[in-house]
Amino acid sequence: MRNHRRRGFTALATIASLATVSALAAACGSDDADQEGDGKVHITVEGWRPGDEQGTIDAVEKQAGAFMKENPDIVVEPVEWEWNAETFATQLAGGQLPTSFRVPFTDTLGLAERQQIADVTDYVDDLPYAEDFNPSVLAAAQGTDGRTYGLPTDVYGVGLHYNRDLFEQAGLDPDDPPTTWDEVREDAEAIAEATGKAGYVQMSTNNTGGWMLTTLTYALGGRIESEDGTQASVDNDATREGLQLLHDMRWEDDSMGKNTNFEWGTINEAFAAGKVGMYMSGSDVYNALVTTNQIDPASYGLAALPLGDGADVGILGGGSVAAVSAKASPEEQEAAVKWNDFYRERKNYDPDAAVADALVLAESDQPIGTPTLPIFDQETWQTVEDAKAEYVNVPREQMTSFTEGVFDQALVPEPAAHTQEVYAILDSVVQKVLTDEGADIDALLAEADDKAQALLG
Amino acid sequence: MSTLLARARGSAATVVFLLPMLLVFGLFSWWPIVRSFVMSLQQTNLVTPAEFVGLDNFRAVLDDPLLTTAAQNTLWFALLALVFGYPVPLVLAVVMSDVRRARGLYSMLAYLPVVVPPAVAVLLWRFFYDAEPTGVFNTILGWFGLGPVPWLEDPSWAMPSLVLEATWAAAGGTVIIYLAALVSVPPELYDAAEVDGAGILAKVWHVTLPHLRGIMLITLILQIIGTSQVFLEPYLFTDGGPDNATLTILLLVYDYAFANTTGGDYGKATALSLMLAGALAVLSVVYFRLTRRWSE
Repeated sequence: MRNHRRRGFTALATIASLATVSALAAACGSDDADQEGDGKVHITVEGWRPGDEQGTIDAVEKQAGAFMKENPDIVVEPVEWEWNAETFATQLAGGQLPTSFRVPFTDTLGLAERQQIADVTDYVDDLPYAEDFNPSVLAAAQGTDGRTYGLPTDVYGVGLHYNRDLFEQAGLDPDDPPTTWDEVREDAEAIAEATGKAGYVQMSTNNTGGWMLTTLTYALGGRIESEDGTQASVDNDATREGLQLLHDMRWEDDSMGKNTNFEWGTINEAFAAGKVGMYMSGSDVYNALVTTNQIDPASYGLAALPLGDGADVGILGGGSVAAVSAKASPEEQEAAVKWNDFYRERKNYDPDAAVADALVLAESDQPIGTPTLPIFDQETWQTVEDAKAEYVNVPREQMTSFTEGVFDQALVPEPAAHTQEVYAILDSVVQKVLTDEGADIDALLAEADDKAQALLG
Repeated sequence: MSTLLARARGSAATVVFLLPMLLVFGLFSWWPIVRSFVMSLQQTNLVTPAEFVGLDNFRAVLDDPLLTTAAQNTLWFALLALVFGYPVPLVLAVVMSDVRRARGLYSMLAYLPVVVPPAVAVLLWRFFYDAEPTGVFNTILGWFGLGPVPWLEDPSWAMPSLVLEATWAAAGGTVIIYLAALVSVPPELYDAAEVDGAGILAKVWHVTLPHLRGIMLITLILQIIGTSQVFLEPYLFTDGGPDNATLTILLLVYDYAFANTTGGDYGKATALSLMLAGALAVLSVVYFRLTRRWSE
């Protein structure tokens, strides 16, 4: 009897607590209020990356102050944030995302399709330069429904970043970086032999292996998917040639070092620490190398990516979309687009805004003049570049190979469909080639092609 | 009547004392479990309304070729951890219980790795595992004319390297459990064994181990459950690579849920989690059935 009664009480308490819990969980899911009682619209925005130096934070804070002066009915709060695919969806679901943030070109389409970022077409159309975007760049910020989901920014082309000090130590001319992949291989070997450091390193994990194998494929004239993203073409001669090159540098020349687990952040770290002779990454990575990795500017060099022969060779181009959280109210969405216009886009269009931006960056000793590519037409880009020329504080003379060569190179967008998933499949291929001397490249490509095709349907 | 009332009051007091625990467990353990059951039958990205898809998620998981790889890798990790990781704490505990001086110091040294935050420990070990000849471990091996070893850079080396770190990180906790159990062995038994002419090994075999049997059976199943859920090491060291050589079931769950940049497949992730939980539950029941006779 006593046991029964006790069990009854415990069961009751369990039910009561579960009911409370579900009520609490439901309450947690409700949205925060848009307004904080002062009649202003409050938004949080992506400000700086974790680990960025104080100067970067100061510069953003200053810009936020200037923005609020221009828009007295908006309160903007920059916060520490970095795009991370792994936490994005849960941050969104948990209401922890800033109102505005940047996502890579490759992810915009999927996020838009899943309604995880807001449709901001109406606000973007109100901007004075809405009609002037380079259509292929604007496409990266649009969904399959033709609506616009943000402002395209930070357009880059992949370049070859190299360490001038290691070039010198290996008896190479740092002002004459390699222009063919054969030269990359020779120089990498020379660096490895003379310095014991890795002559050339390639990213391999967290989907960056696929990203860079795609880059190498483009450079050698191949494609990973058909233009419309319905057919996989992973098993192609250019990718095979690229993998063979990596294989030979790793195993025959031993010029890639022994560590092969690299992604965007860790390869930057290793490069800034002087452990890497050359690597491929976006042309704008110098900013992160300065603000996050404190690279010695004198050691940095940027070359145009060597291209193979053939009509289809090109460099992989990408960028970010300044997007807005799907959970933001219409007022917040409008405010976020205004901020993105003010902070990220206007400076690419309006020479006065470019100068104002450069002045703030200069005050906080932030890099100005890192190479990017046009978001509008090339003429607009040139006007803006000329306007801020006197404020440039990055070693542009060490980047001339890139800045002079890039406009002669075809810019090829990233694969159209299931981009990151295809990159994940290619990660394995790159890892296999870099960790297994006997890797069967033909078999790897055939298998990867099947997997990619299964995704594309 | 009054005794009944008193009893009821006593039960009410029990419930009041239980309530905070029930609430905390409810909110942070049971509610998520209930939610994951529901989610495994849904397709959801946590933003748009969830769609009921029946057992599709389970089918999709079973059709995934990576599941076999992940299951094999997890078993490989569990086996390596069993062969190398399971005896280490036992040997350490038996040796330490025999030490007369500075036992506290040894306990502290054994337990220290457990106190180090796991992510920090992994960062530290990444330095040790640097594949260049200048890496910490490779430098040490170099003194003996060995290596360099591609610790995390080679599919066949990667998993044993993870087990080595995991054993280092976890052994301390188990050592403490064994040490506590060893205190309960009556010293007279050792004396009697000595009189019978038993050496150190014979004493350990005939006195110590039989006394630890119950604890050892528990730590064994705890270890099997723990290693089947290994996540931290493969995630932080290798992210499942190279070429999926360290992709474990839990990492696959994580990849389903979070690695897909365009939304995450929480349905598949929870389906695989539930399948793993079910498998471990069955394993535990079978294990306790089989070992009931020995542990009595």
